[in-house]
Amino acid sequence: MSDAERPTDDHVPGAKDDEFEPIQVFPEAEEMDLRPGADNCYKCSTCDTNCPVAAVDDEFPGPKFQGPEQWRLKRQDDHDIDDSVMKCSNCMRCDSACPSEVPLSQMHNTARAEYVEENMSKLSREYWRNRMLANYRRLAPLAATFPRTANFVTGLSITKWLGEKVMGITSEREFPEFATETFREWWTKRGGAQVESDEKRIAYFHGCYANYNTPEVAKALVRVYEHFGYEVMVPEQSCSGTPMFANGMLDDARRAAETNVEELAAALEDGADIIASCSSCSMSIRQEYPELFDFEHTEDVAANTWDAVEYLRVHEDLEGELEGTSLDGQSFAYHAPCHSRNQGLDGQTIDVLSAIDGIDAHDVGDSCSGISGTYGWKAENYETSMKIGEEMFEHMEDAPAETGLTECPTCSMQMGHGTGYEITHTLEVLEAALLGTELGTAGSGTGDGDADAVDGGRREAK
Amino acid sequence: MAIEDDVLVIGGGLAGSMAALAAADAIDDARVRLVTYKQSTLRHASGLIDVLGYTPDGEGPLVDPFDALADLPDGHPYERVGSEAVREGLAFFDEIAGDAYAGAHTDANALVPTHGGTVKPTARYPASTAAGLASDDRDALLVGFKTLPDFEAPLAAEHLAAAGAPFSARGVTISFPGIVRDDAKVTRYAHLLDQDESVATSAGETGAREALARTVGAHLEGEPRVGFPAVLGDEHAAEVRAALSAALGADVFEIPMGPPSLPGVRLEDLLYAALEDAGVRVTSGVPVVEYEAGDTAGADPADEAVAADGGSDADRIDHVVVDRHGAEIPHRAEQYILATGGLVGKGVRSERERVFEPIFDCHVPHAADRYDWFVDDAFGEQPYARFGLEPDRELRPLDADGDPEFANLRAAGAVLGGYDFAAEKSGAGVSIATGYVAGRRAAEEAGAGR
Repeated sequence: MSDAERPTDDHVPGAKDDEFEPIQVFPEAEEMDLRPGADNCYKCSTCDTNCPVAAVDDEFPGPKFQGPEQWRLKRQDDHDIDDSVMKCSNCMRCDSACPSEVPLSQMHNTARAEYVEENMSKLSREYWRNRMLANYRRLAPLAATFPRTANFVTGLSITKWLGEKVMGITSEREFPEFATETFREWWTKRGGAQVESDEKRIAYFHGCYANYNTPEVAKALVRVYEHFGYEVMVPEQSCSGTPMFANGMLDDARRAAETNVEELAAALEDGADIIASCSSCSMSIRQEYPELFDFEHTEDVAANTWDAVEYLRVHEDLEGELEGTSLDGQSFAYHAPCHSRNQGLDGQTIDVLSAIDGIDAHDVGDSCSGISGTYGWKAENYETSMKIGEEMFEHMEDAPAETGLTECPTCSMQMGHGTGYEITHTLEVLEAALLGTELGTAGSGTGDGDADAVDGGRREAK
Repeated sequence: MAIEDDVLVIGGGLAGSMAALAAADAIDDARVRLVTYKQSTLRHASGLIDVLGYTPDGEGPLVDPFDALADLPDGHPYERVGSEAVREGLAFFDEIAGDAYAGAHTDANALVPTHGGTVKPTARYPASTAAGLASDDRDALLVGFKTLPDFEAPLAAEHLAAAGAPFSARGVTISFPGIVRDDAKVTRYAHLLDQDESVATSAGETGAREALARTVGAHLEGEPRVGFPAVLGDEHAAEVRAALSAALGADVFEIPMGPPSLPGVRLEDLLYAALEDAGVRVTSGVPVVEYEAGDTAGADPADEAVAADGGSDADRIDHVVVDRHGAEIPHRAEQYILATGGLVGKGVRSERERVFEPIFDCHVPHAADRYDWFVDDAFGEQPYARFGLEPDRELRPLDADGDPEFANLRAAGAVLGGYDFAAEKSGAGVSIATGYVAGRRAAEEAGAGR
């Protein structure tokens, strides 16, 4: 309760508490009210010390400015959102940094959306490039229909050259390969769930990447959950919205979120909990949806969405089940994605894998990989992205392992791009341990590890 | 099912890290977890490890903090744990910090120059500050940067002279090569030097370290040591200092700064690396929001034994609940340690009517009338500065009747009351000593219960 609603001083002689009439100092908040959050900022700058972009680019004024300071400036009508907001990569590290609970990423998301709406030309190359990157989900089905052609075309140097010249998409990176069979195609062909249960049921939010590019991750999730006796549902779904938030395309994100909330709420009705295998998808549903949207059931869906490994850990004796399993001679350089870190999951993978005999998993530290989804794909951000990634690359190379491990698709691209390692997903490791299958490395997006690209990329970064 | 551990530490600052490390060290195979919500206030901290710079009556600076420990009032955290525990805790810290910290060779306080040009009495100091001690009689050049107004070198040099430092200090302000923006973050300076990024100078493109050394070299008038604000690298700070020192032909030292502070960040990194090495499981970014007390009536024999030991029939905490974006994750442990910080760290909070501890609602002694929480003299003896939990000698927080709140909860660091760390310069020392004691005792008790 603010002082405006209470006696400001109940010790003033003559003032009687019961005569106090509260004054409305600020207008009633009609939409999202960021004032309490902005007022919580005591300017310690802890967020700034966590910002991976500010550490490599002194043109970027940092999260304290992008959040509470800009919010305050905007109380005056004559201020536009500063264009530096587009340099924020939406890693959201400032959120978990803030010792005073300022909702920084919520402020960034709204500021970025306002900037794109008010200040970015809808005819500009930047707008259409960002719109395309943000709506990867819309292009992917086409590529997935002709995966071999798509992979051939995107692999051509002329395509990459055109991508950079025409669209501003860096030619340094290899486009992720499309799977010849999407996860949903596999799921249908398989006849859907192989386990039925009234008590143990999950709705799988696979997101775009596990469907179109790394169906092995999605299949691993299904097999691991079926191993524990769960009935897996695969509801209709749209993009989680992560790339749209990061590009300020809030209307696109709202449309996607509305579909997702509706479908996932229906799954909750059916007695399922919601499980995601991608750390940015779970982050988006759990945090960004309730911060930015108010569809019916948004809160419900958010509160019942889990990371795939976290759920098993809390609802099953996952570590007990892993005792006695072994994967001989497997060493991993593990990178915790920023969006996992923000969900309190950064220590989880190393914790859980330590129960498997023969596995040696090394945490490569708390730095950001630097790619942050679509951010590192933009030609103007490529250098920043590689500079941010430098610390992680160094630590990966120092770790006694030749395979990378992470839960985020784009972190995985960056890890492969910077080191040439194959990258795998934690669910694939669990599948291999629990079901005795051969360990895959679908997470790497494959084809992005050729030494020339790696060297070229690293030279650029320095 | 709950996530199970032997010892669960809540809070990830200096006290929490020390508690977790001490617990992991005390018993082989102890399963220790540290849960921390937002980042700790270590990023506000100077990185200096003080034990006691001034007595609670304001006498000082103290030459030997250990001489003064015996005279501290009842209820002071040092009085609770005893001065031997302070020594043990500090020795444990020294082992963890290794070469990164200096000062272990003596009981006496060192005097480290601050960015205001004052000197701070401290028991241990980062290696990066070692060449800058005020007791050293070598002359010093202090270098400030135009784009970093938090450190005004000429002013700091004058203050040092006024404070009677036994050497002559001279301050200059230069442009930091490679930094254009007025409000570049301290991490930007550090990263430039860490990665030795290439920067444009009048003499062409060179590495950032060389460019900085060249700029400073032009101002050097034979001083054998050069002080910089504490932005000289993060990950590779020792390497950066060595390179600058070699290029300048002078010792290079850092002057601790206000928040955000790189020496604080480095200390945090050092502690988290030690936690990883010690096998402590760290869960960060999520808060502990509530707890469930055990059913004392149906307690198993081990529980009763503990209750008997504690001399009371205090409740036991069965589990705590961690909130992960709405999902409630139960965490169960034998023993719990509360190290959530003080008023700034939000381990102790206040409303208009009360001061409270938000997780377990442990008793926080304070005046009923909030006008008695402070005095008008801003630098006077502020009652609020001593707000916090009142523990027994086992560091178990006590309720209003003087009985332990819970049989299996201990508290460490700034969440404890009865001392004013800012006035005494005792913040780090109390965190280390109480964290060490709480961690050891908790692990021993959890081990005995197994």
